[in-house]
Amino acid sequence: MIAWTIYITFAGAIVVLILPRFLASWTALATTLAGFVISAATFFCNSVDLAHFNTIVRVPWFPALGINYHLALDGISLVLILVTGIAAISAVLFSWDVEDRAKEFFFWLLLVVAGSYGVFLSADLFLLFLFYELVIVPKYFLIAIFGSTNKEYGAMKLTLYSFFGGALVFLGIIAAYVSGGSLDLIELSKFQFLPQLQAWAFPVLFLGFAVLAGIWPLHTWAPTGHVAAPTAGSMLLAGIVMKLGAYAALRVAINLFPFGFQIWRPWIAVLAVVGIVYAAAVALRQRDLKFVIGYSSVSHMGFVLLGFATANAIGVSGSVLQIFSHGVIGALLFAVAGRMIYRRTHTRELDALATMDLRHALPFAAFTFVIASAASMGIPGFSGFAAEITILIGAWKSLPLAVWITGVGMVLMAAFTLRALKRAFFDVDVASTTSAPELPPITIPEKLGASLLMFATLAVGLYPKLLLDRIQPAVQAMRFLK
Amino acid sequence: MNYLDLLKLAAPETVVVVTALAVLTVGLTNARASLFCPIVAIIGSALAVAAILKLPTHANLFGGMLVISPLNSLFKIVCLVLALLTIPLISSEKSLRNPGEYIALILLGAVGLMLLVGSEELLMIFIGLELLGLSLYVLAAFDKTDIRSAEAGLKYFLFGSTASAFTLFGISLVYGMSGTTSLALIGQKLTTTTLQPLLAVGIVMTLVGFAFKIAAAPFHLWAPDAYQGAPIPSSAFIASGSKVASFVVLGKIVLVGFGPVHGSADWHAMIAGWSPVLAVLAALSILLGNFVALAQTNLRRLLAYSAVAHGGYTLLGIIAGGRDGFSATLFYTSVYAVTLIGAFAVVGAVRREAGGDDLQNFSGLAARSPFLAACMSIFLLSLAGLPPLAGFFGKFYLFSTAFRAGGNHGLLWLVVLALFGSFISLYYYLIPLKMMFVDSPSEPGSRHSSQMPVRLGLTHRFVANATIALLAAAVLFFGVMPQTLADRIISSLP
Repeated sequence: MIAWTIYITFAGAIVVLILPRFLASWTALATTLAGFVISAATFFCNSVDLAHFNTIVRVPWFPALGINYHLALDGISLVLILVTGIAAISAVLFSWDVEDRAKEFFFWLLLVVAGSYGVFLSADLFLLFLFYELVIVPKYFLIAIFGSTNKEYGAMKLTLYSFFGGALVFLGIIAAYVSGGSLDLIELSKFQFLPQLQAWAFPVLFLGFAVLAGIWPLHTWAPTGHVAAPTAGSMLLAGIVMKLGAYAALRVAINLFPFGFQIWRPWIAVLAVVGIVYAAAVALRQRDLKFVIGYSSVSHMGFVLLGFATANAIGVSGSVLQIFSHGVIGALLFAVAGRMIYRRTHTRELDALATMDLRHALPFAAFTFVIASAASMGIPGFSGFAAEITILIGAWKSLPLAVWITGVGMVLMAAFTLRALKRAFFDVDVASTTSAPELPPITIPEKLGASLLMFATLAVGLYPKLLLDRIQPAVQAMRFLK
Repeated sequence: MNYLDLLKLAAPETVVVVTALAVLTVGLTNARASLFCPIVAIIGSALAVAAILKLPTHANLFGGMLVISPLNSLFKIVCLVLALLTIPLISSEKSLRNPGEYIALILLGAVGLMLLVGSEELLMIFIGLELLGLSLYVLAAFDKTDIRSAEAGLKYFLFGSTASAFTLFGISLVYGMSGTTSLALIGQKLTTTTLQPLLAVGIVMTLVGFAFKIAAAPFHLWAPDAYQGAPIPSSAFIASGSKVASFVVLGKIVLVGFGPVHGSADWHAMIAGWSPVLAVLAALSILLGNFVALAQTNLRRLLAYSAVAHGGYTLLGIIAGGRDGFSATLFYTSVYAVTLIGAFAVVGAVRREAGGDDLQNFSGLAARSPFLAACMSIFLLSLAGLPPLAGFFGKFYLFSTAFRAGGNHGLLWLVVLALFGSFISLYYYLIPLKMMFVDSPSEPGSRHSSQMPVRLGLTHRFVANATIALLAAAVLFFGVMPQTLADRIISSLP
């Protein structure tokens, strides 16, 4: 049934184009809701075996080359599908009043979502790559047409980085296909690749996917892309697209080439830790609120990679949890910055925001941003804490030094988040303005979207077992841990 | 062998020649030639396809001069269809005053394609090349009102005749060394001889002619001008049918005729033979085509340079060799041809409406004509190799075969180069897309237009749009269901 998330979303994208304009947002909302309901139903349905990557659909597609239309599901993919659904719904809610070329907007948006569902469910390398590349072009148009600051540059940069990663992935996939004699992920994960092949194919494949996950030093597309994107675009980027890279790096690169992974593991840890600290330090110096959040995304994704590098079940489970958690938190932060603030004040400059007394003008935005910042900083009770602590516990066993350095990063993270929060909402420059400016109030769709995201981060933060119970068996079943 | 049997086996070619003459007659006598000539051409081609299907599955005449095999029949049909698909593009060219002559030339070119594809003998191949070439030179220069068309024709003719001379010289050397012009017999002879310098010269010279036809660097210099200057249907024909037939024949010559002197293009393990020659051509084409395409401001020139790069990718399959490699090449080149005709059809439509084919003329196309913009993005994204379009599957097939070939992944260097090239190509394919979807429409009649917009009759516009839609659907179809074509190619290979 979960496969219908893909079909419904693709169908929704087409329907949006056909129906008249005023129905576009409703159609998009219905489509994303349907996807979410399906995934939630599967999530709470106990009869589904989530410990193994089990086939759902398998139809021969091009038998001569061994290509199958093959979908499979385990706990990891299900959690990611869930966060995709949540981020997609809130992204639609936060773009409720898109006026200009609305049909096209929701068409591209739904294509990104549908392609992401496809990646998370694919159990065939060809299919996975197909969906993976399918996400990139809609993303380009979403940013280049509907974006704001420097949008064409940001869109092109993001697209070229993605395609560069795609080219590496293509090479890695061909290498796995030709040596393993199959494109089936389940079969390939039992195949012993030659060590010489793994030694070069792993970094190619891993790096290719990690570009999309924002690995340092190939992360620079992320801040500019996030800033240029429309709000829903940034939400999807942070909430879903960066996760595609992380997920595929785990599912394909690490799981197929465990030997290569062992060789290159220290380097992944180094890049991850540098990414965490560097991005946090850079975020501390940004003046544009969206840039702050953009760099915080890179920093948070560094945790995901660090979790992979621990190569133990706790660390990797923490990574998957972090993917979920950051998907929600990142979307929430961008929603506040891009929608609630920028659409009303037409500026994201922290210095300008400081004079506006937004705390009184937009109390709901202030409230949401406080929650989001707390979650982002890793305050206990929110999902960010649960995920990051799990990763650090995992890392303590195998990479103690990395934990110490990451500690510095976490302090920086708290520092830049608090700085942004204070400048944007709670600064004393208010004295210079006599009264709060008249800003349009927060709309109902915005409140609904924000509430959904806040609920998700809080629920997982208070009860991480909900997700971890489904993630951990699936992670333990992966080959590289044995 | 009496003449009746010969006529039976050569029936498809005969039908097309008769059709060409009929079209010529209709064009001269009928006042509404622009309507009737295409109809006659379509009926004639349909008859020719029927005749191809009625042929026996295997026959070999005069030591390979006319060979009938599943592969040859399949590609005769492909070439005919490709030639036919260029005919609806004529309606976008008002300056073509004599549609009868023009269509007749296309059909004669198609005969050349069929002879090329259907022969496994060097002399006959040369005759096919010349027949095709002569039709194409005239087609390129057909627009008498446009000086660029004359330039295109002249350049194509000068380069083409030089390349033919090289090929003929090469063929004569190969004949001198082996004593025969039949590919199969040459293959047998070469198994017993070593690669002498004279033979090497012969092989290289022969390949030069084909490198010219497929516009591989450094023999590509005619391509940008011909693609840009020639009337649009001519460009489409040069870029599609002519290329497909050339790849079929090139594959046969090197894999059957020169098979024993394959050599090796493996990294650090090169062995003299034809494959390192082709590997160098492929590498040069990929690099040069992609980098120069980055700098183009005219869409047709851009397509020309990207065609150079695509020629380079396509060579990978032949270098990899074997049944897999050849079928990958054939699949890629067929799909590429379909895509390129589509792209040229859209260029024709835009040129008609906006008055030019510079990139600026495409800005805001999505607002002016969502249909054309959507189809063009399908064509361009397929050329860029994005799923789920045909070009993506073609690349996957091609690159994975090349990766598999040779000992210890020796062709990895070419695969990496090709992937790097397709990464670069994404940028220049995105630029027109950006123009179409992101930029606002430019003023009609602005300084970019080189000619006045043309309004077409309803029928013509319908036919042109239907063709574009059909081609876009085909590109999508071959991307989603590649086996429909690929299985047919694989099973037709011996």
